[in-house]
Order: sequence, then structure tokens, then C-alpha cells
Amino acid sequence: MALIETQHLTKVYELGDSAVRAMDDVSLTVANGEFVAIMGPSGSGKSTFMNVIGCLDVPTGGKYLLDGMDVGDRDRDELAEIRNKKIGFVFQGFNLLPRTSALENVELPMLYDGCPPRERRQRAMEALKAMGLEGREHHHPNQLSGGQQQRVAIARALVNRAPLILADEPTGNLDTRSSVEIMELVVKLNRESGITIILVTHEPDIAAFSRRIIKFRDGLVVSDEPVKQAEQQVKDP
Amino acid sequence: MISIPSTLKISLRALRVNKMRSALTMLGIIIGVGAVITMLAVGTGASERISEQMASIGSNLLIIMPGSSTSGGIRMGSGTQSTLTQDDAEAIAQECPAVSDVAPIYNGAAQVVYGNQNWSTGISGTTPGILPVRDWSLSSGRAFTEQDVRNATKVCLLGQTIVDSLFGNADPVGQIIRIKKVPFMVIGVLAKKGQSSNGQDQDDTILVPLTTAQKKIFGTPFVGMVRSITVKARGADELAAAEGQINELLSQRHRIGPRQEMDFTVRNLTQMMEAREQSTQVMGLLLAAIASVSLLVGGIGIMNIMLVSVTERTREIGIRMSVGAKTWDIRLQFIIEALTLSLIGGVAGIILGISGSKILSALVGWATVVSPLSVLLSFSFSGLVGLFFGFYPAYKASLLNPIDALHYE
Ligand SMILES: Nc1ncnc2c1ncn2[C@@H]1O[C@H](COP(=O)(O)OP(=O)(O)OP(=O)(O)O)[C@@H](O)[C@H]1O
Ligand SMILES: [Mg+2]
Repeated sequence: MALIETQHLTKVYELGDSAVRAMDDVSLTVANGEFVAIMGPSGSGKSTFMNVIGCLDVPTGGKYLLDGMDVGDRDRDELAEIRNKKIGFVFQGFNLLPRTSALENVELPMLYDGCPPRERRQRAMEALKAMGLEGREHHHPNQLSGGQQQRVAIARALVNRAPLILADEPTGNLDTRSSVEIMELVVKLNRESGITIILVTHEPDIAAFSRRIIKFRDGLVVSDEPVKQAEQQVKDP
Repeated sequence: MISIPSTLKISLRALRVNKMRSALTMLGIIIGVGAVITMLAVGTGASERISEQMASIGSNLLIIMPGSSTSGGIRMGSGTQSTLTQDDAEAIAQECPAVSDVAPIYNGAAQVVYGNQNWSTGISGTTPGILPVRDWSLSSGRAFTEQDVRNATKVCLLGQTIVDSLFGNADPVGQIIRIKKVPFMVIGVLAKKGQSSNGQDQDDTILVPLTTAQKKIFGTPFVGMVRSITVKARGADELAAAEGQINELLSQRHRIGPRQEMDFTVRNLTQMMEAREQSTQVMGLLLAAIASVSLLVGGIGIMNIMLVSVTERTREIGIRMSVGAKTWDIRLQFIIEALTLSLIGGVAGIILGISGSKILSALVGWATVVSPLSVLLSFSFSGLVGLFFGFYPAYKASLLNPIDALHYE
């Protein structure tokens, strides 16, 4: 069964008397364990799509099935629950809480599902360790480099064992070396833990880490192809 | 759902980040609670003191004074020309059924000497009726009798203050003291009463038989004159009846025509005191009500700061929502923040209020009583204020759209 299935998704922003069709009839499916890159020019609706499938925003029309269930008729708190249990977000701007240690940032999702404090601490430590951040647990975001901050964000996305990670330009604010480091971690998550990854990027080099590239233009999917063997950054085992 | 300790931790951290702002916000509540507690303490203190005084004066009392009560215009002469006599008192005792005890009083001030100690005090000549009338008892010895009054015996009862200043710890009963150089035998000591309503020491007094005071200490302009008559009614519900009977009887005895002004005044002491107590209570409540307005203003301060806080932390709210915070998780966070502000402010305000009451009674000499109820009341009121004024900002925060909150600049 597909992890994500969208049918004729649309999103229209009404701005005064003009309307922006940010997403215009998007239908696609993503299976469990896939690694998908979304590309396309600025303003083509990539972020809009990500926000809708991440249950952060609601579509104007169409249907969205996550793990076989219709998300359309869920209320606020049910959507919060879905984000908590099934989806990990990685944003371009990291979106970590300021003046809060890396550890507590990673603990955040577990705070909202009633996880007992000791287990919370332990799982957060493990997730940080997996991201190579041992010894940085008590650093605040402003004491970490961009790459380190993004790894804290990935640890936070992982910690509740979500089957889906949505990353909107995760390397957008990073230099090439940090970007590659981050992408290698993401590939590892996909390969070793079977986590489904959907990633937005403008850079072909970054997209080449994935297995499937979907291209958007003007709110529509214009191409959807697997990455050719020759172009793959990380070869199949 | 997030646990309360975790929420509390988040809220405390947020308050710590803006220490100055939190402290200033609390100040509103601190002053409000402090003012409410102090004002209630002043009110309670005043009315408790009046009740004490009421109990010490004796209950269901009427005082008959010579002179008219109509002070409208020039006649202020209540008590100036004495027209009351001992016979009036006896007539009241015999002919007014609503009256249980009567004590005519002829008083003045005199020097009292015992050994090498001396003391200036008020001397009241009266009848044995004074003890039941004033609800007075003896701590030692015996009272004087009707016989003593008839014979103008030179015996006296001492108030505790006199005993303390003339005798120290020695037993005064059976000793001889001199009042205006006349020797008197001490036959008893009055039980301690404390201060009266106008701050007078009621134990600084000596009681002697009425006739003794008239003939052997002060002398009278005419025979049988008394300065006032104190009367006890049979019960609270007979006070009005007693007053009516006395008015009728004395008008008759003094031959006052229907259109003439009375030459005496009957005052209802209990009523006067009760009225005073009531007005004191109303005053206290009024003060507390005014003070609670400042508590309300403090609450509005909390709401203001919480609204600012919600706006400032919109992105934080978005991040929390994106990782699964639900409506009530967000609400609870801000409500607890507001509650923490108001409750810490409440505790500090209680401390301020208690010390304020202490300082007030030390400085101005007002009796203040901080009742546990007023502390509990203002503490829960400050909690309520926090809850009430914290709810709207919390509610507003919880309704944010996750994506709008995340993108908030
Ligand atoms: N909140 C909004 N209100 C109005 N219009 C919006 C809003 N969010 C996005 N849009 C519009 O929707 C369209 C798609 O925006 P979106 O952010 O999805 O583009 P994108 O593909 O992510 O672009 P980029 O690569 O620059 O991030 C744009 O034209 C944008 O102006
Ligand atoms: Mg975008």
C-alpha cells in the first residue's frame, strides 16, 4: 500500500480579488521506503505540497490519503497527533527552539505524546548520537554550526520513529561539505531504517542522492522519473 | 497530552527569559493583593475592636443624661445643667418594667493616696446596680450594698489599674486609702475590662456608694443630684420599650409639657456601637473593594504581557505545533505562565499585605487583624485573575494555524 496518495490536490490562496493557484491538481503516490526529490522553479508549489502532505496546511480541494487513511476529515488535534507520530519535518531554517538545548529540542515531540522523562532523555540522547552530535547535547542552537543545527533537527524528526520525513530545502542554508554530510545521513536513514524521505531541493547534486525525481511547474507535476543509475550519487548496494 | 511538570518547566523558563518584564507584571498583582489584605486587615481590626468594646461596656444599655439632645442651633448643653436625681433613678427601677437594673452615677476626679503612693483618677458614686448594668464582676472582695448607699459608708471598689499603681502585687482588700484626704476601706477589686471605645482605660476607676460621693467627696449643688443614670434593659428586644417608658416617666416627673423640650436625653449605647461597627465594616469593605480594583488592573497587566508574549513566540508555537502540540498543550502552556505570574505575585502580595498591616498598626496605631480568610480569599482571587486574564491570550495562541505560525516573521 502507498504511504502517500494524493488525488487532484489543489491549493488556492485568495489575495483580495486575485487568486493564486499554488497547487493545481496534483495526483501522485509515494510508496513506503521511497526516497523522492521534488524540484522545480521558485513559486511552483513545492513547499505548498510539502505543507499539505505534512498536515501543516489543508488543501483547497482534492483528497489526501496517508497510510491509507483520509486526512481530509481529521480535526486539529487529530492532525497534531498524525504529525507527532508519523511525520518528521526538516526545514531550511532548522526551526529549533532558541535558548533551548539540543537535547530538549530533540525531546520536544516526545513531550507531547506523554513519554516518561527518563525514556525521553534516553531516546533523545540516542538520536543525537546517531547524528554524530555526542557531547553537544547541552549546546543551544546559537552555539552550533548550521550543519550541526540541521542534524539536531533531523534527530528531532527521527526521535518519535516517524515512518516519513519531509525535508523542505534542508541544505538550502548550508555549504557544500555540510550539505553532503547531511545528505549522507538522510540516505542512511532511508537505506538502513527504511524511512520514507521526501525532499525539496533546487540543486541537481542534492536531488541525485534520491531514487526518484518529481518536477513541479505552476502548481502541476510536469515530470516524475527514477534517477538513472549513472547519475546516482550513492549507488545501489 | 503534555504533562503538567513539563508545561510548568516551559512556562518558568519563558518567565526567566524576561525577568524584568515578569517582575514588573507581577508587581501589579503584588500591590493589588497587598492592598486588599491590608485594607481588609484595617477593617477587621477596627470592627473587632468595637465588638470588644461593646462587650466590655455591657449589653442592652441606655444612658440618661441631663439636658436636651436637640443640638440644632445653639443648644449644645447636654449635661450642663443637671436635672437628674437619685429619685429619678429609683422611680425608673420601680416603674419601668422593661428595665432590669439601674445605676445612677455621680462622678468626679480626685487624688487618691495609699502610703506614699498617689494617683489621680475618676471616682464614681453609684449603687450596687452598677455591677449588673455594666456586666462587671469582682476579682476579689465584695461589692457595696444598698445599706452602704443609705448610710454613706466610706468603702470603695478599685479598678485593676488603681490596684496596680497603688498596691503593686499586694492585696488591697481591707486596706485603707485616702480619697481627697478622706479615709476609705477597700472592700473589693473590679475585674479587668480594658479600653473603652474612646480609648479610655476602664480599669482606671474607683466606685464608691452614691451618697458617699455626693456628701463626703464632691458635695452637690442640690440634694440627690446625679450626673447620669445608666440603665440595663431586660433584653435586646426590650430596649425600645425601656426607652419609651423612661421618656414617659421622666417627662411626667419633670413636668414637661407636650410642646416643651425635654431636659434629659436617653441614649441607646448598644445601638450607637452597633451602628459604628456596621459603618466600620462597610468602610472596610469599601476600602477592600477599591484595593481590588488595583488587583484587576494587575490582571489586565498580565493579559497585556501574555498577548505580547504570544505574538513574540508565534514561531515557537508553530514549531511546537509541527511536532505535535495539541490545542490544550498550547493553551496550558500560556495559562500556566499567567497563573505562575499571578500566584507568585499573590504570595509576594500576601507578604506585603501582612507586613503592611503590621507597619500600619505600628506607625499609625490602628488595630489591624489579618484574617486567614482574607489571605485565602485574595490568594484565590489572584489565581482567578491569572486564569481569567491568561485564558484569552492562551486561547488565541492555540487557534493559530500551524503553517502561518511557522512562517510568522
Ligand atoms: N500564504 C500564502 N499566501 C499567498 N500566496 C502564497 C502563500 N504561500 C505561498 N503562496 C504562493 O503560492 C505559490 C507557491 O508557493 P510555494 O511556496 O509553494 O513555492 P515553492 O515552489 O516552494 O517556491 P520556492 O522554491 O521559492 O520555495 C507562490 O506563487 C506563492 O506566492
Ligand atoms: Mg519553498
